[in-house]
Amino acid sequence: MTPVESLTGPHSRHPLEERPACRAPQPIVEIDRLSLYYGDKPAFQDVTLSINKGCMTALVGPSGCGKTSFLTCLNRLTDLIAGCRVSGQITINALDVLAPGINVIQLRRRIGMIFQKPNPFPLTIRRNLEFPLREHGIRDREQITQIIETTLRAVGLWDEVKDRLGSPALALSGGQQQRLCIARALALLPEVLLMDEPCSALDPLSSGVVEDLIVGLRGRYTILIVTHNLAQARRIADYAALFWVQNGAGRLIEAGTAKQIFENPRDPLTAAYVSGMRG
Amino acid sequence: MAETLSRPQNLREWLAFVLVWGAAGLVTAVFCWLLGDIVWHGIGHVSWTFLTAPPENAGRQGGIGPILASTSLILGVCLAVSLPIGIGTAVLLAEFTSDQSLFGRITRRSLDILAGVPSIVFGLFGNAFFCKMLGLGFSILSGGLTLACMVLPVLIRSTEEGFRAVPASYRLSAAALGLSRTTTLIHLLLPAAVPGLLVGLVLGVGRAIAETAALIFTSGYVDRMPESLLDSGRALSIHIFDLSMNVSGGDTNAYASALILVIMLLAINGTVSWLATYGLHRKIMTV
Ligand SMILES: Nc1ncnc2c1ncn2[C@@H]1O[C@H](COP(=O)(O)OP(=O)(O)OP(=O)(O)O)[C@@H](O)[C@H]1O
Ligand SMILES: [Mg+2]
Repeated sequence: MTPVESLTGPHSRHPLEERPACRAPQPIVEIDRLSLYYGDKPAFQDVTLSINKGCMTALVGPSGCGKTSFLTCLNRLTDLIAGCRVSGQITINALDVLAPGINVIQLRRRIGMIFQKPNPFPLTIRRNLEFPLREHGIRDREQITQIIETTLRAVGLWDEVKDRLGSPALALSGGQQQRLCIARALALLPEVLLMDEPCSALDPLSSGVVEDLIVGLRGRYTILIVTHNLAQARRIADYAALFWVQNGAGRLIEAGTAKQIFENPRDPLTAAYVSGMRG
Repeated sequence: MAETLSRPQNLREWLAFVLVWGAAGLVTAVFCWLLGDIVWHGIGHVSWTFLTAPPENAGRQGGIGPILASTSLILGVCLAVSLPIGIGTAVLLAEFTSDQSLFGRITRRSLDILAGVPSIVFGLFGNAFFCKMLGLGFSILSGGLTLACMVLPVLIRSTEEGFRAVPASYRLSAAALGLSRTTTLIHLLLPAAVPGLLVGLVLGVGRAIAETAALIFTSGYVDRMPESLLDSGRALSIHIFDLSMNVSGGDTNAYASALILVIMLLAINGTVSWLATYGLHRKIMTV
């Protein structure tokens, strides 16, 4: 059953609970010799990496090494940037992401993305969740209400906002806004969740709450998370990949299990970075 | 020490204070004087009959009924044409054309030049194009279309600015959720661009409703009640111009008409800013 069917089916449970666990490594996203150029300037080059189903993969590296750019290739947000050129190959669940003819709308529905700065729409809390659902063909009021409650509960926001779903989302605190954005992405039942430093624009307290939430999603979603917080990456990730700028372009230096990257790095750059000496 | 340092600063601040408030005061005073003059001379003459009756004796007596009708029709034609074209072009420029593209650059530059072209030029153009070439003659339709041409540059540019003021993050987050470009445009960008549109509308309508030069050659002088859009009709501003320049003894009615024009302007401004703060905002937030 595709996610769309499972959502629109008559008596289906919202399958937030039943997602793949990270056990035997089983690649869901495969990236092969991926490079990205802004005009003539390379952001990163020649990245080959696979992301395992149900696992949390942390992307770390110094500022400007192309982590955000890398994420935006996976859901083709790069299409929106004038002069941006991507080469290489990405396959997500056997779908050739970079093929010109694919349905990017469907692709983006399958790949959720959380940005560094919380970015709810200037609508009510309810509308923020309802609007994308309706766009994707879920029109049944009861079902929408149901999904709104499930996702808001999943991000721990339900009790905080259940009495004011009709008030503007922008009136929420930063941390609440970010959790709303996560709920908004989860409501579409993405197969992969991209998170670009989801805690870094928040105060320490909200940041902690959001981090706990992300830890809670672990094992239920395939998550690719960019973070500057090495301690956090070490705490929550199953796999880790280190990006670094070499010769003016970002490169993937080393990728492996989080345990291996943080405790037993092979590359001297990785060793230096994870021991906090550089970056 | 602190005092010797702060004193010249205080003097400077005081000077700035006087200059700023002086300038503001001057502008306000001129406006009040103008308004006061119009109200003082005109108010005694304004009545229901004045608003509805046809002008008599070249406008010295009677009212401005047909003229109000013509003015509204001209304005209606102007808006009906310029709003869709204006919003469409602004969307094209802001959302579908890159800053560097030749098309975008040329269009923007042309619009900026057009916005500064004197209205008499639009009048002559309208006369040559709408009245003669398209054969619409001196008519409300010709006048409205000419006004639309005149209003469009301002409307397009300020609506475009409205779209550009919408943060890029809206577009990215909408796209990341798999929303189509059309949906994003209609449900997120358009509402967010409404303030820019309204500014353009106020500026444009303000310019249109007070226009004489562009209308003299297109919608004409005829002060009878128009029966169709192809009839000639006299706009309020032309009526005022005619009464005060060509008709001796027309001053009182000119003042009264001017008062009505000012009230119309204020009413339009008021409605638009009410819309901006309450009507549309509510709609955006809750629908
Ligand atoms: N839209 C763009 N146009 C041109 N260059 C860009 C654009 N976005 C990013 N870049 C450049 O690409 C390189 C990689 O940027 P990117 O934002 O992907 O890095 P990052 O690893 O996410 O950095 P940070 O940790 O600071 O978020 C940088 O040199 C940046 O200046
Ligand atoms: Mg980044």
